[in-house]
Amino acid sequence: MQPQPADNAARSVIDIAKLSLTFETGDGPVHALSDIDLNIGAGEFVSFIGPSGCGKTTLLRVIADLEAPTGGTISVNGMSPHEARLARAYGYVFQAAALYPWRTIAENIALPLEIMGHSREEQAERVRRNMELVDLDGFERKYPWQLSGGMQQRASIARALSFDPDLLLMDEPFGALDEIVRDHLNEQLLKLWAKTDKTVVFVTHSIPEAVFLSTRIVVLCPRPGRIYDIIDNPLPRDRGLDIRETAEFLKVAHRVREGLRAGHSYDD
Amino acid sequence: MSPVTRILSTLALVVALMGSMLTVVETPIMTLGLFALPVLLVGVLLSILVLAPYRTGLLSGARACAALTGVSLLMAAALLGTVSAYPAAASHGFWAYVLVAWAMAWLSVEELSGLTPQSPLGQRLVALAIPLAFGVWLLILWQLAVVGFGVPRVLLPAPSEIWLRLLSSPQILWEDFRQTFLKAVLIGYALGCGSGFLVAILVDRVPFLRRGLLPIGNLVSALPIIGVAPIMVMWFGFDWPSKAAVVVIMTFFPMLVNTVTGLAAADRIQHDLMHTYAANYLQTLLKMRLPMAMPFIFNALKINSTLALIGAIVAEFFGTPIVGMGFRISTEVGRMNVDMVWASIAVAALAGSLFYGLVTLIERVVTFWHPSVRG
Repeated sequence: MQPQPADNAARSVIDIAKLSLTFETGDGPVHALSDIDLNIGAGEFVSFIGPSGCGKTTLLRVIADLEAPTGGTISVNGMSPHEARLARAYGYVFQAAALYPWRTIAENIALPLEIMGHSREEQAERVRRNMELVDLDGFERKYPWQLSGGMQQRASIARALSFDPDLLLMDEPFGALDEIVRDHLNEQLLKLWAKTDKTVVFVTHSIPEAVFLSTRIVVLCPRPGRIYDIIDNPLPRDRGLDIRETAEFLKVAHRVREGLRAGHSYDD
Repeated sequence: MSPVTRILSTLALVVALMGSMLTVVETPIMTLGLFALPVLLVGVLLSILVLAPYRTGLLSGARACAALTGVSLLMAAALLGTVSAYPAAASHGFWAYVLVAWAMAWLSVEELSGLTPQSPLGQRLVALAIPLAFGVWLLILWQLAVVGFGVPRVLLPAPSEIWLRLLSSPQILWEDFRQTFLKAVLIGYALGCGSGFLVAILVDRVPFLRRGLLPIGNLVSALPIIGVAPIMVMWFGFDWPSKAAVVVIMTFFPMLVNTVTGLAAADRIQHDLMHTYAANYLQTLLKMRLPMAMPFIFNALKINSTLALIGAIVAEFFGTPIVGMGFRISTEVGRMNVDMVWASIAVAALAGSLFYGLVTLIERVVTFWHPSVRG
């Protein structure tokens, strides 16, 4: 059942126990997350999937210390999320590329390095390496608004990887792109993951994307946001786009879909 | 050919033909028709020669534009020469030809704006030629009207008189310019914009200042400059510092408000991004929020470049040493030296436009990335 080698499961990167988050609003409390239990081991690729309002983005933001939980415990690399953020433990890729238009692509990728105080030579070297990693070499001097949406998102991935964090948090990074570009970037992301051996937590609302990318799929459901199912993906780590036609792939996708359907309340 | 150009060219052609039967100038001793004024006669004949094929469509495009421009300028020169030889004596025929020349100028600009040159240099020249033609024809019509109708120069001097005044008193105008622009305006502008900017950073950093200082800043901006200027004279003396103080008061608030707005321009994702890098306040300010605020800051710099000049000139109405553009305007009006007043206004307008243009130029360099600049 467990497809992961034992040594990877040995070190856990994210430990979440009994976590809850309630927003106080004018209309009373909103239970964004409730009773979340989850462990993510080193080298895993875990996807959060669920309908909008299920708290998948909120959960990712809690891991990144962009939101504070109101109950339960969470540790990232054995530290609190706050300490982990100050230690620059993770790179975060947002829904939008959020590149600065007054900086060239190379300067955008160098932004976290500047903030973290790397030397000029170090910056140049890391920018070069990461631009190569996302296939953007040759576009160093271009400005973001001169690039397509897919290229901008690749640049933002290179920016998140530039300071070489072990953990990559991605919040629907390809949600705004068209199907073809999305397939291409999914394939590239898998290669990149295989090459760098990072732990990836990936938020999506696309079933094929989740099944294609992940080693484990976490299905969330709304009101209150909670985990409905955790599915181990038996597909081999080394996979191409055509694996999506296989029976095994469809079986996993079916289980995810069943989970989404069962967890969804039809009262609205 | 658009309906407007069709009507205008027909009208110009008819008026040019009919005008030959009218008197052009009436002096107390004689009446002169078109045929007594050979230069004007040549101009009118050429206009008919250009207008007729233009109206029928034989002449169009760049050639029509060149012909219309050339003949309309020739007409303008002939009319200007005639009117200065017989000032305040213009008759019906004269105004008929003014109408013809103006119509041809209109048509030439119409043709010019229809041109689409291939080279970027050509496009830039066309873009420059259109406002230039407007400006030149404004001056020509002004000159013709003032001299032709014999308008008293106390009411409105002719452009030629203002030009002569500019040429004959450069010393006085330069002294005024130095006193008002180089001292009061520039120093007041730098201090006002600079302090507005710094206070905006402070207001942004300290929340209670935002609630306390912004309303007071609003109050200061609402102070009538006419009321403040005499008080500044009492505080800072007659010389330029009191005028610079008025400029500071006028320019402070636009800069404050725009910078505060600009600092809030970054959206949530961009703030989150800096947060994930654990960037400190200064890094976030310098690497994200200030570049983001630049379009707003330049907005204030542009508004202030004109406000500063107005403030300094008006402030000089309330006590000043015997130099300065505001002083010159207020005293020369009293002496009926209206050409000097207009010369000062011309200098102020030119200085103000150049200042504004310079700020705009710097803006284009700094905010090259903004959608409104990168095109």
